[in-house]
Amino acid sequence: MPTDWTVRAITRAMLPVLLALTLVEIGSGLVLGGFEAELLSSPSLLVLVPVTIGTAGTLGSMLAARLSTSFHLGTLSLSPDDDVLVGNALATVGLSVTVFPVIGVGAWLLAAVTTGTTLPLVRVYAVAQVSGLALAVLAVAVTVGATAAAYRFELDPDDVVIPVVTNVCDVLGVVVLFLSVRLLV
Amino acid sequence: MSVRAVAVEAYREGLPALAASVLGGLLAGVVLGGMRGDFARVDGLLVLVPALLATRGNVYGSLGARLATGLHQGLVAPRVRGDSRLYRAVAAALANGLLASAFAAVAATLVLAGLARPVAPLPVLVAIALLAGLLSGVVLSLSVVVVVFAGYRRGYNPDTLVGPIVTTAGDVFGVAFLLLSVRLVLAVAGGG
Repeated sequence: MPTDWTVRAITRAMLPVLLALTLVEIGSGLVLGGFEAELLSSPSLLVLVPVTIGTAGTLGSMLAARLSTSFHLGTLSLSPDDDVLVGNALATVGLSVTVFPVIGVGAWLLAAVTTGTTLPLVRVYAVAQVSGLALAVLAVAVTVGATAAAYRFELDPDDVVIPVVTNVCDVLGVVVLFLSVRLLV
Repeated sequence: MSVRAVAVEAYREGLPALAASVLGGLLAGVVLGGMRGDFARVDGLLVLVPALLATRGNVYGSLGARLATGLHQGLVAPRVRGDSRLYRAVAAALANGLLASAFAAVAATLVLAGLARPVAPLPVLVAIALLAGLLSGVVLSLSVVVVVFAGYRRGYNPDTLVGPIVTTAGDVFGVAFLLLSVRLVLAVAGGG
Protein backbone atom coordinates (compact mmCIF):
# COMPACT_ATOMS: atom_id res chain seq x y z
CA MET A 1 0.00 0.00 0.00
CA PRO A 2 1.72 3.21 -1.14
CA THR A 3 1.81 6.19 1.22
CA ASP A 4 -0.56 9.10 0.46
CA TRP A 5 1.19 12.30 -0.49
CA THR A 6 0.21 14.25 2.63
CA VAL A 7 2.54 15.61 5.30
CA ARG A 8 0.78 13.50 7.92
CA ALA A 9 0.93 10.19 5.99
CA ILE A 10 4.56 10.69 4.95
CA THR A 11 5.53 11.59 8.52
CA ARG A 12 3.73 8.55 9.91
CA ALA A 13 5.60 6.28 7.50
CA MET A 14 8.97 7.92 7.96
CA LEU A 15 9.38 9.44 11.43
CA PRO A 16 9.62 6.30 13.65
CA VAL A 17 12.39 4.77 11.52
CA LEU A 18 14.10 8.16 11.20
CA LEU A 19 14.20 8.69 14.98
CA ALA A 20 15.46 5.12 15.59
CA LEU A 21 18.23 5.60 13.02
CA THR A 22 19.08 8.97 14.63
CA LEU A 23 19.65 7.20 17.95
CA VAL A 24 21.92 4.66 16.21
CA GLU A 25 23.90 7.56 14.72
CA ILE A 26 24.21 9.21 18.16
CA GLY A 27 25.96 5.96 19.14
CA SER A 28 28.47 6.47 16.37
CA GLY A 29 28.80 10.11 17.47
CA LEU A 30 29.74 8.90 20.96
CA VAL A 31 32.51 6.74 19.46
CA LEU A 32 33.69 9.80 17.54
CA GLY A 33 33.60 11.83 20.76
CA GLY A 34 35.73 9.10 22.36
CA PHE A 35 38.72 10.00 20.18
CA GLU A 36 37.98 13.71 19.85
CA ALA A 37 41.45 14.60 21.19
CA GLU A 38 43.23 12.64 18.43
CA LEU A 39 40.88 14.02 15.76
CA LEU A 40 41.31 17.63 16.87
CA SER A 41 45.11 17.33 17.05
CA SER A 42 45.42 15.69 13.58
CA PRO A 43 43.45 17.60 10.91
CA SER A 44 44.03 14.87 8.30
CA LEU A 45 42.17 12.36 10.50
CA LEU A 46 39.25 14.79 10.90
CA VAL A 47 39.12 15.14 7.09
CA LEU A 48 38.86 11.32 6.90
CA VAL A 49 35.71 11.18 9.08
CA PRO A 50 32.89 12.12 6.65
CA VAL A 51 34.46 10.42 3.65
CA THR A 52 35.01 7.13 5.52
CA ILE A 53 31.44 7.16 6.87
CA GLY A 54 29.99 8.12 3.48
CA THR A 55 31.99 5.58 1.49
CA ALA A 56 31.15 2.74 3.88
CA GLY A 57 27.44 3.63 3.62
CA THR A 58 27.62 3.90 -0.18
CA LEU A 59 29.43 0.53 -0.53
CA GLY A 60 26.77 -1.13 1.63
CA SER A 61 23.79 0.57 -0.03
CA MET A 62 25.01 -0.25 -3.56
CA LEU A 63 25.49 -3.90 -2.66
CA ALA A 64 22.09 -3.95 -0.92
CA ALA A 65 20.38 -2.39 -3.98
CA ARG A 66 21.96 -4.95 -6.33
CA LEU A 67 21.18 -7.94 -4.12
CA SER A 68 17.65 -6.62 -3.63
CA THR A 69 17.09 -6.41 -7.41
CA SER A 70 18.43 -9.96 -7.95
CA PHE A 71 16.24 -11.06 -5.07
CA HIS A 72 13.12 -9.60 -6.76
CA LEU A 73 14.14 -11.18 -10.09
CA GLY A 74 14.58 -14.52 -8.35
CA THR A 75 18.21 -14.92 -9.48
CA LEU A 76 19.73 -14.78 -5.99
CA SER A 77 20.23 -17.65 -3.59
CA LEU A 78 21.99 -16.83 -0.33
CA SER A 79 24.54 -19.64 -0.45
CA PRO A 80 28.34 -19.23 -0.48
CA ASP A 81 28.62 -20.73 -4.00
CA ASP A 82 26.05 -18.37 -5.59
CA ASP A 83 27.65 -16.54 -8.54
CA VAL A 84 25.61 -13.31 -8.09
CA LEU A 85 26.41 -13.17 -4.38
CA VAL A 86 30.13 -13.95 -4.70
CA GLY A 87 30.56 -11.68 -7.75
CA ASN A 88 28.92 -8.72 -5.96
CA ALA A 89 30.92 -9.35 -2.79
CA LEU A 90 34.17 -9.37 -4.81
CA ALA A 91 33.15 -6.15 -6.57
CA THR A 92 32.54 -4.50 -3.16
CA VAL A 93 36.03 -5.45 -1.96
CA GLY A 94 37.50 -4.37 -5.33
CA LEU A 95 35.77 -0.97 -5.16
CA SER A 96 36.99 -0.45 -1.60
CA VAL A 97 40.58 -1.34 -2.49
CA THR A 98 40.35 1.12 -5.42
CA VAL A 99 38.94 4.17 -3.62
CA PHE A 100 40.39 4.02 -0.08
CA PRO A 101 44.00 4.70 -1.16
CA VAL A 102 42.64 7.77 -3.03
CA ILE A 103 40.75 8.75 0.14
CA GLY A 104 43.86 8.44 2.34
CA VAL A 105 46.15 10.40 0.04
CA GLY A 106 43.37 12.89 -0.81
CA ALA A 107 42.60 13.57 2.87
CA TRP A 108 46.28 14.13 3.68
CA LEU A 109 46.82 16.45 0.68
CA LEU A 110 43.65 18.47 1.40
CA ALA A 111 44.60 18.82 5.08
CA ALA A 112 48.15 19.81 4.07
CA VAL A 113 46.82 22.55 1.76
CA THR A 114 44.14 23.91 4.12
CA THR A 115 45.03 23.48 7.79
CA GLY A 116 48.45 21.80 7.80
CA THR A 117 49.18 18.21 8.83
CA THR A 118 50.77 16.67 11.89
CA LEU A 119 50.85 13.02 10.72
CA PRO A 120 53.05 11.64 7.91
CA LEU A 121 51.32 10.77 4.61
CA VAL A 122 52.06 7.06 4.91
CA ARG A 123 50.31 6.90 8.31
CA VAL A 124 47.10 8.47 6.99
CA TYR A 125 47.26 6.24 3.89
CA ALA A 126 47.62 3.15 6.11
CA VAL A 127 44.64 4.18 8.29
CA ALA A 128 42.47 4.64 5.16
CA GLN A 129 43.59 1.40 3.51
CA VAL A 130 43.14 -0.79 6.60
CA SER A 131 39.76 0.83 7.40
CA GLY A 132 38.60 0.38 3.79
CA LEU A 133 39.43 -3.31 3.66
CA ALA A 134 37.77 -4.02 7.01
CA LEU A 135 34.70 -1.98 6.01
CA ALA A 136 34.29 -3.83 2.68
CA VAL A 137 34.24 -7.20 4.50
CA LEU A 138 31.82 -5.84 7.15
CA ALA A 139 29.56 -4.26 4.49
CA VAL A 140 29.25 -7.63 2.74
CA ALA A 141 28.47 -9.41 6.01
CA VAL A 142 25.88 -6.83 7.13
CA THR A 143 24.17 -6.68 3.73
CA VAL A 144 23.95 -10.45 3.31
CA GLY A 145 22.68 -10.80 6.90
CA ALA A 146 20.05 -8.05 6.42
CA THR A 147 18.92 -9.48 3.05
CA ALA A 148 18.60 -12.96 4.57
CA ALA A 149 16.60 -11.53 7.50
CA ALA A 150 14.27 -9.64 5.11
CA TYR A 151 13.77 -12.88 3.16
CA ARG A 152 13.00 -14.87 6.29
CA PHE A 153 10.52 -12.30 7.64
CA GLU A 154 9.01 -11.74 4.17
CA LEU A 155 9.80 -8.00 4.13
CA ASP A 156 10.51 -6.08 0.95
CA PRO A 157 14.31 -5.68 0.93
CA ASP A 158 13.96 -2.25 -0.78
CA ASP A 159 12.10 -0.78 2.20
CA VAL A 160 14.12 -2.34 4.98
CA VAL A 161 17.55 -3.48 3.89
CA ILE A 162 18.85 -0.31 2.23
CA PRO A 163 18.20 2.15 5.12
CA VAL A 164 19.35 -0.37 7.75
CA VAL A 165 22.52 -1.28 5.83
CA THR A 166 23.38 2.36 5.06
CA ASN A 167 23.09 3.46 8.69
CA VAL A 168 24.77 0.37 10.17
CA CYS A 169 27.66 0.88 7.72
CA ASP A 170 27.83 4.57 8.81
CA VAL A 171 28.30 3.44 12.41
CA LEU A 172 30.80 0.72 11.46
CA GLY A 173 32.69 3.39 9.47
CA VAL A 174 33.28 5.38 12.67
CA VAL A 175 34.07 2.30 14.79
CA VAL A 176 36.57 0.92 12.25
CA LEU A 177 38.19 4.35 11.85
CA PHE A 178 38.51 4.57 15.64
CA LEU A 179 40.16 1.13 15.83
CA SER A 180 42.54 1.85 12.95
CA VAL A 181 43.59 5.13 14.52
CA ARG A 182 44.19 3.37 17.89
CA LEU A 183 46.18 0.64 16.07
CA LEU A 184 48.22 2.74 13.65
CA VAL A 185 48.59 6.28 15.02
CA MET B 1 26.63 -15.09 -15.58
CA SER B 2 29.99 -16.19 -14.17
CA VAL B 3 31.34 -14.79 -10.90
CA ARG B 4 33.85 -12.76 -12.88
CA ALA B 5 31.23 -11.23 -15.19
CA VAL B 6 29.01 -10.31 -12.22
CA ALA B 7 31.95 -8.76 -10.35
CA VAL B 8 33.15 -6.74 -13.38
CA GLU B 9 29.66 -5.40 -14.09
CA ALA B 10 29.01 -4.47 -10.44
CA TYR B 11 32.42 -2.77 -10.23
CA ARG B 12 31.87 -0.74 -13.43
CA GLU B 13 28.39 0.34 -12.39
CA GLY B 14 29.45 1.21 -8.85
CA LEU B 15 32.59 3.23 -9.48
CA PRO B 16 31.00 6.54 -10.71
CA ALA B 17 28.56 6.73 -7.77
CA LEU B 18 31.32 5.85 -5.32
CA ALA B 19 33.64 8.46 -6.87
CA ALA B 20 30.91 11.11 -6.40
CA SER B 21 30.46 10.17 -2.76
CA VAL B 22 34.25 10.19 -2.19
CA LEU B 23 34.49 13.68 -3.70
CA GLY B 24 31.61 14.98 -1.55
CA GLY B 25 33.03 13.30 1.55
CA LEU B 26 36.49 14.80 1.07
CA LEU B 27 35.05 18.30 0.56
CA ALA B 28 32.92 17.86 3.68
CA GLY B 29 36.07 16.69 5.50
CA VAL B 30 37.92 19.87 4.54
CA VAL B 31 35.13 21.98 6.07
CA LEU B 32 35.12 19.73 9.16
CA GLY B 33 38.93 20.10 9.39
CA GLY B 34 38.41 23.87 9.51
CA MET B 35 35.95 23.51 12.40
CA ARG B 36 38.43 22.25 15.01
CA GLY B 37 38.06 25.48 16.97
CA ASP B 38 34.26 25.17 16.93
CA PHE B 39 34.38 21.57 18.19
CA ALA B 40 36.65 22.68 21.01
CA ARG B 41 34.25 25.53 21.94
CA VAL B 42 30.95 23.64 21.69
CA ASP B 43 31.17 20.40 23.68
CA GLY B 44 29.01 17.66 22.16
CA LEU B 45 28.97 19.16 18.65
CA LEU B 46 31.24 16.41 17.26
CA VAL B 47 28.90 13.76 18.74
CA LEU B 48 26.05 15.31 16.72
CA VAL B 49 27.87 15.24 13.37
CA PRO B 50 27.09 11.63 12.25
CA ALA B 51 23.40 11.96 13.22
CA LEU B 52 22.98 15.27 11.40
CA LEU B 53 24.72 14.03 8.24
CA ALA B 54 22.76 10.74 8.24
CA THR B 55 19.46 12.63 8.66
CA ARG B 56 20.19 14.55 5.45
CA GLY B 57 20.75 11.26 3.60
CA ASN B 58 17.74 9.49 5.13
CA VAL B 59 15.23 12.33 4.69
CA TYR B 60 16.21 13.73 1.30
CA GLY B 61 17.14 10.31 -0.10
CA SER B 62 13.61 9.26 0.79
CA LEU B 63 12.19 12.44 -0.83
CA GLY B 64 14.14 11.65 -4.00
CA ALA B 65 12.95 8.03 -4.03
CA ARG B 66 9.34 9.20 -3.50
CA LEU B 67 9.58 11.71 -6.38
CA ALA B 68 11.18 9.08 -8.64
CA THR B 69 8.39 6.61 -7.88
CA GLY B 70 5.76 9.36 -8.33
CA LEU B 71 7.18 10.23 -11.76
CA HIS B 72 7.19 6.55 -12.80
CA GLN B 73 3.57 6.18 -11.67
CA GLY B 74 2.45 9.47 -13.25
CA LEU B 75 1.42 10.86 -9.83
CA VAL B 76 3.59 13.95 -10.22
CA ALA B 77 4.57 15.81 -13.37
CA PRO B 78 8.18 16.95 -13.77
CA ARG B 79 7.22 20.60 -13.20
CA VAL B 80 7.95 22.70 -10.13
CA ARG B 81 4.92 25.02 -10.33
CA GLY B 82 1.40 24.32 -9.17
CA ASP B 83 1.71 20.73 -7.93
CA SER B 84 0.39 20.46 -4.39
CA ARG B 85 1.62 16.82 -4.08
CA LEU B 86 5.17 18.01 -4.70
CA TYR B 87 4.83 20.86 -2.16
CA ARG B 88 3.46 18.47 0.47
CA ALA B 89 6.26 15.95 -0.09
CA VAL B 90 8.87 18.70 0.30
CA ALA B 91 7.10 20.14 3.37
CA ALA B 92 7.00 16.66 4.95
CA ALA B 93 10.74 16.17 4.26
CA LEU B 94 11.59 19.56 5.82
CA ALA B 95 9.39 18.92 8.87
CA ASN B 96 10.81 15.43 9.46
CA GLY B 97 14.36 16.67 8.91
CA LEU B 98 13.87 19.42 11.51
CA LEU B 99 12.24 17.05 14.01
CA ALA B 100 15.05 14.51 13.65
CA SER B 101 17.71 17.25 13.98
CA ALA B 102 16.20 18.63 17.21
CA PHE B 103 15.72 15.07 18.51
CA ALA B 104 19.40 14.32 17.81
CA ALA B 105 20.48 17.44 19.77
CA VAL B 106 18.27 16.52 22.76
CA ALA B 107 19.36 12.84 22.71
CA ALA B 108 23.06 13.74 22.46
CA THR B 109 22.74 16.20 25.36
CA LEU B 110 20.94 13.68 27.57
CA VAL B 111 23.39 10.85 26.82
CA LEU B 112 26.48 13.04 27.34
CA ALA B 113 25.06 14.45 30.59
CA GLY B 114 24.25 10.89 31.71
CA LEU B 115 27.83 9.81 31.00
CA ALA B 116 29.09 12.88 32.91
CA ARG B 117 30.87 14.09 29.78
CA PRO B 118 31.04 17.84 29.06
CA VAL B 119 28.19 19.17 26.94
CA ALA B 120 27.14 22.65 25.78
CA PRO B 121 23.80 24.12 26.99
CA LEU B 122 20.80 22.35 25.38
CA PRO B 123 19.37 25.53 23.72
CA VAL B 124 22.71 26.15 21.96
CA LEU B 125 22.88 22.61 20.50
CA VAL B 126 19.17 22.60 19.55
CA ALA B 127 19.48 26.03 17.88
CA ILE B 128 22.55 24.87 15.91
CA ALA B 129 20.84 21.60 14.84
CA LEU B 130 17.59 23.36 13.79
CA LEU B 131 19.30 26.17 11.88
CA ALA B 132 21.63 23.74 10.08
CA GLY B 133 18.67 21.42 9.37
CA LEU B 134 16.59 24.25 7.91
CA LEU B 135 19.32 25.74 5.71
CA SER B 136 20.61 22.42 4.37
CA GLY B 137 17.01 21.15 4.01
CA VAL B 138 15.98 24.03 1.75
CA VAL B 139 19.07 23.64 -0.44
CA LEU B 140 18.85 19.82 -0.57
CA SER B 141 15.10 19.84 -1.39
CA LEU B 142 15.79 22.21 -4.28
CA SER B 143 18.74 20.10 -5.49
CA VAL B 144 16.79 16.84 -5.33
CA VAL B 145 13.72 18.27 -7.11
CA VAL B 146 15.72 20.01 -9.83
CA VAL B 147 18.04 17.06 -10.52
CA VAL B 148 15.33 14.37 -10.44
CA PHE B 149 13.01 16.39 -12.73
CA ALA B 150 15.76 17.49 -15.12
CA GLY B 151 17.17 13.96 -15.28
CA TYR B 152 13.70 12.48 -15.89
CA ARG B 153 12.97 14.93 -18.72
CA ARG B 154 16.28 14.03 -20.36
CA GLY B 155 15.43 10.34 -20.20
CA TYR B 156 17.56 9.21 -17.23
CA ASN B 157 16.15 6.84 -14.64
CA PRO B 158 15.66 9.14 -11.60
CA ASP B 159 16.21 6.18 -9.23
CA THR B 160 19.88 5.91 -10.16
CA LEU B 161 20.41 9.69 -9.87
CA VAL B 162 19.05 10.11 -6.35
CA GLY B 163 21.61 8.10 -4.35
CA PRO B 164 24.85 9.73 -5.50
CA ILE B 165 23.32 13.24 -5.53
CA VAL B 166 21.93 13.04 -2.03
CA THR B 167 25.12 11.52 -0.61
CA THR B 168 27.38 14.08 -2.27
CA ALA B 169 25.23 17.18 -1.78
CA GLY B 170 24.13 16.01 1.68
CA ASP B 171 27.70 15.74 2.95
CA VAL B 172 28.89 19.03 1.46
CA PHE B 173 25.85 21.19 2.31
CA GLY B 174 25.32 19.38 5.61
CA VAL B 175 28.78 20.29 6.91
CA ALA B 176 28.93 23.74 5.27
CA PHE B 177 25.62 24.83 6.86
CA LEU B 178 26.66 23.26 10.17
CA LEU B 179 29.70 25.55 10.16
CA LEU B 180 27.57 28.59 9.30
CA SER B 181 24.97 27.70 11.97
CA VAL B 182 27.57 27.23 14.71
CA ARG B 183 29.14 30.60 13.96
CA LEU B 184 25.73 32.36 13.81
CA VAL B 185 24.42 30.77 17.02
CA LEU B 186 27.64 31.52 18.90
CA ALA B 187 27.56 35.12 17.66
CA VAL B 188 23.95 35.56 18.84
CA ALA B 189 24.65 33.77 22.15
CA GLY B 190 27.25 36.44 22.90
CA GLY B 191 30.43 34.85 21.65
CA GLY B 192 29.87 31.54 23.44
